[in-house]
Amino acid sequence: MDTILKVEHLKKYFAVNVGGPFARKMASLKAVDDVSFEVGRGETVGLVGETGCGKTTVGRTIVGLYKPTAGTITYCGENLCALTHEAMRKVRSKLQMIFQDPYASLNPRMTVGNIIEEPMDIFSIGTIAERRERVQELLCTVGLNPEHANRFPHEFSGGQRQRIGIARALAMNPDFIVADEPISALDVSIQAQIVNMLEDLQQNLGLTYLFIAHDLAMVKHISDRVLVAYLGKIVEIDESKDIYKHPLHPYTKALLSAVPIPDPRIEMQRQRIVLKGDLPSPVNPPSGCHFRTRCPIAQQICAEQEPELRDMGSGHMVSCHFVS
Amino acid sequence: MDETNVLMRVQGLTTNFHTYAGVVHAVDDLTLTVPKDSVVGIVGESGSGKSVTMMSVMRLIPSPPGRIEGGQVWFDGSALGMSDRMEKDGPNKGMVDLLSLPAEAMMKVRGRHIAMIFQDPMVSLNPVLTIGLQMTESMVVHGLATNEEAWKRAVDMLTLVGIPNPEERMRDYPHQYSGGMRQRVMIAMALSCSPELVIADEPTTSLDVTVQAQILELMKELKAKLKSSIIIISHDLSIVAGMADKVVVMYAGRVLEEADVYDLYEKPGHPYTMGLMKSVPRLDAENRERLVPIEGSPPDLLAPPVGCKFAPRCTYAMNICREQEPPLVTVGDGHRARCFLHHPTAPAVPGFVKVE
Repeated sequence: MDTILKVEHLKKYFAVNVGGPFARKMASLKAVDDVSFEVGRGETVGLVGETGCGKTTVGRTIVGLYKPTAGTITYCGENLCALTHEAMRKVRSKLQMIFQDPYASLNPRMTVGNIIEEPMDIFSIGTIAERRERVQELLCTVGLNPEHANRFPHEFSGGQRQRIGIARALAMNPDFIVADEPISALDVSIQAQIVNMLEDLQQNLGLTYLFIAHDLAMVKHISDRVLVAYLGKIVEIDESKDIYKHPLHPYTKALLSAVPIPDPRIEMQRQRIVLKGDLPSPVNPPSGCHFRTRCPIAQQICAEQEPELRDMGSGHMVSCHFVS
Repeated sequence: MDETNVLMRVQGLTTNFHTYAGVVHAVDDLTLTVPKDSVVGIVGESGSGKSVTMMSVMRLIPSPPGRIEGGQVWFDGSALGMSDRMEKDGPNKGMVDLLSLPAEAMMKVRGRHIAMIFQDPMVSLNPVLTIGLQMTESMVVHGLATNEEAWKRAVDMLTLVGIPNPEERMRDYPHQYSGGMRQRVMIAMALSCSPELVIADEPTTSLDVTVQAQILELMKELKAKLKSSIIIISHDLSIVAGMADKVVVMYAGRVLEEADVYDLYEKPGHPYTMGLMKSVPRLDAENRERLVPIEGSPPDLLAPPVGCKFAPRCTYAMNICREQEPPLVTVGDGHRARCFLHHPTAPAVPGFVKVE
């Protein structure tokens, strides 16, 4: 498979003040801690995990919104972390992002036409007339009426706004799109519309997606492969059709069993693996395996030694001492 | 349904919001029955009126702009201990209409007989009061306990919902709790006066899946231990599936379908319910099938469509659907649906039973 994006040992730490309001005592919040994965061209990779597992930070670092603390991101053979500002600008046009909250990610003072046109303005592509035409075309692509170009974001519903956000991401003919929870703010009946549209766009335009979400059922539906993240680390990587049947990591098992299924007969009989407690603080993560504080099978070794991400055959990677 | 076993019956409830742009018909002629010792799930998208219905029941609609313009909320009078206000005769014998109670009497109902668990535990606890103070407040106000007794009971309740070191945590402030813990506190608080009815308004929407599973398991466990009826409101059909005995599907301020939980999921009787089920991917699906979305978007309640409110998005819509609103017809035992496809002269569509 032709690799389009390769992330190696990516780390992103944020400096936070832990000394209270009057004392300055800095600590580092390890949002992403040594993450490596690859994405093939035309593939959809899902990244799942709970709030605070670093999934959004991974996405934002890839598109260059954050500077990584350590590690490399290789996109089409170029190391993004070593590029100059000018060179990065060029690459970034091929690397776009769809944001989570369609209410916050569109400028309320700009018309929809201007919002979609802005990336083309920045890169000085075509004449004004050509750009206008492209805006009309993009609006059609995402299923909106071309006449909507003169309206403002507040005149649209959540689902329509997300379509505008997608049109903006498509304006520069990108190859790679980071979709950061693109449907979690939408109503159930609208989610399917957006997901189907993303699938169609991928078919027609040959896009590659990194699909970030916490909804495992949706991730399983849309992705070819799934990465499961926990507290800044990737704990399991597998084909999406296999991960449901044969999860290996105890966290993945718990995550899957936590997802409710819309069928009362199955639901009433299901035995849930309920994780105790909450996510530990990423400022001071547990020693050894990060998951050990909530893990039902944790032993002494988990506190002492950090498990490595091991290949269990045919690309199924897992980081747990007790998986063989 | 057994008529003597009714805890609450909402009848013809109509709540409107009078805004500058016009009148929003948030809830329109809604009828709903909650049996004793049961879990009723209410499912609907945002703007379907599910929260407004429950706020109307609690009489917490901000007025202006909101106004409850019709209907009654009948609640079991013997549970309320208001024998003087009970209906003497008729179908609602022994029931009290909450909407016609004076404000002081209603205050005795809220928290004591009907308690609410809100969606967002981050904003529904007071940030400047300790958890202990907020936990004991309702018990003391309702005269159920002295301060000391209430404190002891609050500690017991926190233990029950699984808060470690409850004695110490009583003195903590809400910001010292995590999201899942706060929702546990909300549940403990709602149950502290042993109410007959607990209304949980999207109790897990703002939580992570693993924490959501914890909270749902906790609610199931408490349901078995305590004798309260629960109304669980959600936009997610799958959350309701594991909890509810009976499910009500709402859309544009109306009930589109209500049925026993098994009936609803196995033989849905409304195109909207069918659409909702097809539009969510299932984790246990074998193959990657394309989702079938419900096209269009929910109606604008300022100017709702004439006829069936779902007709503009419905794949089966007939001419009559755009002219006349279908009635809620009984299509099975305790199963009612608001759709013309159940009419004997309607074209045959698989899954729809013809009734007179």
